[in-house]
Amino acid sequence: MIRLIKRPEPSRVMVYLAPVIALVLTLLAGLLLFFLLGVPVGEALYAFFVEPISTRYGLAELGVKAAPLILIGAALSLGFRAQVWNIGAEGQLVAGAITGGAVALWFYEVEAWYVLPLMMLAGIAGGMAWASIPALLKTRFNASEILTSLMLTYIAGLLLSLLVHGALRDPDGFNFPESRLFHAAATLPIVLDGTRLHIGFPIAIMFVATLWILLSRTVLGFELQVMGAAPRAGRFAGFRESSVIWFCLLLGGGAAGLAGLFEVAGPIGQLIPVVSPGYGFTAIIVAFLGRLHPVGVLFAGLVMALSYLGGESAQITMNLPKAVTGVFQGLLLFFLLATDVLILYRFGWGRRSLAATHT
Amino acid sequence: MSETVILTLLTIITAATPLVFAAIGELITEKSGVLNLGVEGMMLVGAVSSFIVVSVTGVDVLGVLAGVLAGMLLSLVFSVLCLTLQASQVATGLALTLFGIGLSALAGQSMIGVAYEGLPKLSIPILSELPVVGQLLFSHDILVYVSFALVAAVAWFLYRTRAGLVLRAVGDSHDAAHALGYNVVAIRYLATVFGGACSGLAGAYLSMSYSPMWVENMTAGRGWIALALVVFASWRPWRLLFGAYLFGSISILQLHGQAIGLDVPSQLMSMLPYIATILVLVLISRDRGKIRRNAPACIGKAFHPTT
Repeated sequence: MIRLIKRPEPSRVMVYLAPVIALVLTLLAGLLLFFLLGVPVGEALYAFFVEPISTRYGLAELGVKAAPLILIGAALSLGFRAQVWNIGAEGQLVAGAITGGAVALWFYEVEAWYVLPLMMLAGIAGGMAWASIPALLKTRFNASEILTSLMLTYIAGLLLSLLVHGALRDPDGFNFPESRLFHAAATLPIVLDGTRLHIGFPIAIMFVATLWILLSRTVLGFELQVMGAAPRAGRFAGFRESSVIWFCLLLGGGAAGLAGLFEVAGPIGQLIPVVSPGYGFTAIIVAFLGRLHPVGVLFAGLVMALSYLGGESAQITMNLPKAVTGVFQGLLLFFLLATDVLILYRFGWGRRSLAATHT
Repeated sequence: MSETVILTLLTIITAATPLVFAAIGELITEKSGVLNLGVEGMMLVGAVSSFIVVSVTGVDVLGVLAGVLAGMLLSLVFSVLCLTLQASQVATGLALTLFGIGLSALAGQSMIGVAYEGLPKLSIPILSELPVVGQLLFSHDILVYVSFALVAAVAWFLYRTRAGLVLRAVGDSHDAAHALGYNVVAIRYLATVFGGACSGLAGAYLSMSYSPMWVENMTAGRGWIALALVVFASWRPWRLLFGAYLFGSISILQLHGQAIGLDVPSQLMSMLPYIATILVLVLISRDRGKIRRNAPACIGKAFHPTT
């Protein structure tokens, strides 16, 4: 019988190999899924993984989709390391879209350079404010940040719907639930001509670099890792648990808020009732796929962005339901978590191995 | 008592029942020391499975069974990952929810707009003809009665049987239970799969009775509210029943708000259950000592018999 045997120390090889194995397994499961759906497998794979990035425009779209995922995923990975489970990034994204978008609409008549920076600040502040609620409730009242941040996601979605149906609705928009279109001064500059790739992508990469330095070169980074791995040791060392919780939630909220602003000031260009196809949730998968490491998150963000593009492309060319994307993303996370076992354990054969007999 | 009041009370019962199912299942799972955050995903897959089966076969029982089975299968995946492969329970639960949302949307593609008349009401002879009380208590579909029976059964099992005592022991100290010779992993498997079955049943109730149709994401966060309810109830079955009905009452306010002349935007009314969940969590969790006394001590902790 196959049983798990604990390795004397974590395998360095498997740390890098496990996500690759998970990706391959997901691909195989995808093949099976397409086969079961009665779809020509080769064609589906081409439509899903190759066609979307076979053009310059397609590659740029990959960056457009990856930008919010990398931004949020990198911030969340720091929190997850410290065992702070902010799973309401989607709500913080919406909050940032609301505050940033409101600034754009407030300065509707103004075509000045300072409008966009103000919008970004407002977006970050909005996301942070939304994330500060679970942080306060966790540190003051011990309420699970998992549940509160998630409940706040539903509330943020309803709030956005309320605003685009009311206060922020386009006065000349025939009662459609949409805001006015943002002016040129309130939309993100494009970094690649003829595409939709905006400055959010380079900003996301800079953010990753900053977090990497923070994590590996500062006391704060060390503190975060200790609080996640050994909270008791951390407390003895005088690290404050509540400040770690505040830091992680504000960082995640700020990043998500900025990502939300990027969506409304970039590809969308106005406030609409739904501003994100679940980037805040997918970013959770991105964080795990990237091994909770900022640089890993960079690659993971691109992979997950491809799953969105592939879903759209397969929907257009092969009439496959868009929900396939969600299934792929969920499967990938399952396989990741399953292959992670290889880091700490190895498989052994036989009834009971030496390592297991001491109990 | 006027007709409207009776109708309101009836909608409270239908709104509370899926919460009772999902939360009582999760209660058993958590009592064994396992935190499964995938309730929302299991409910969705349960809902879509039962709806597909009932619209294809036309047999209600098969529909309900399909929902239960779907929930069990998903919770089995969770169990293999967390209990055998030692994956993080929080991460795996989230994965289960994300996967469930995708899978149910994919499976339900062709079911959107399909009509189904809903589970039949099971009127108990004579009793259901009593004025007011008859309609209120004795003319529901069978799952409503099942939900009450289930709470009673769980309460009895946990505190009046030996097996219940073992389950609680596993949740409070897996090392001690293991030392006494109990198979911790096997017991947790059973408890988790029971939770999955209940979540699937909750989903089946949603798509077969609460609103007999399939809509993407039709659970609308009820799985997460059920998780909060378990904390609210301090892991006690009868308090959980009370909590579910409290939440049922809050969530139907949005339906009846307009009817009684409240001039509040519908979105604000729809926020109520989520706001209430947060408030309730805060009120309960602020008493750290009480949480520590009531929560299973090993909740969320991995157990590997050889370490």
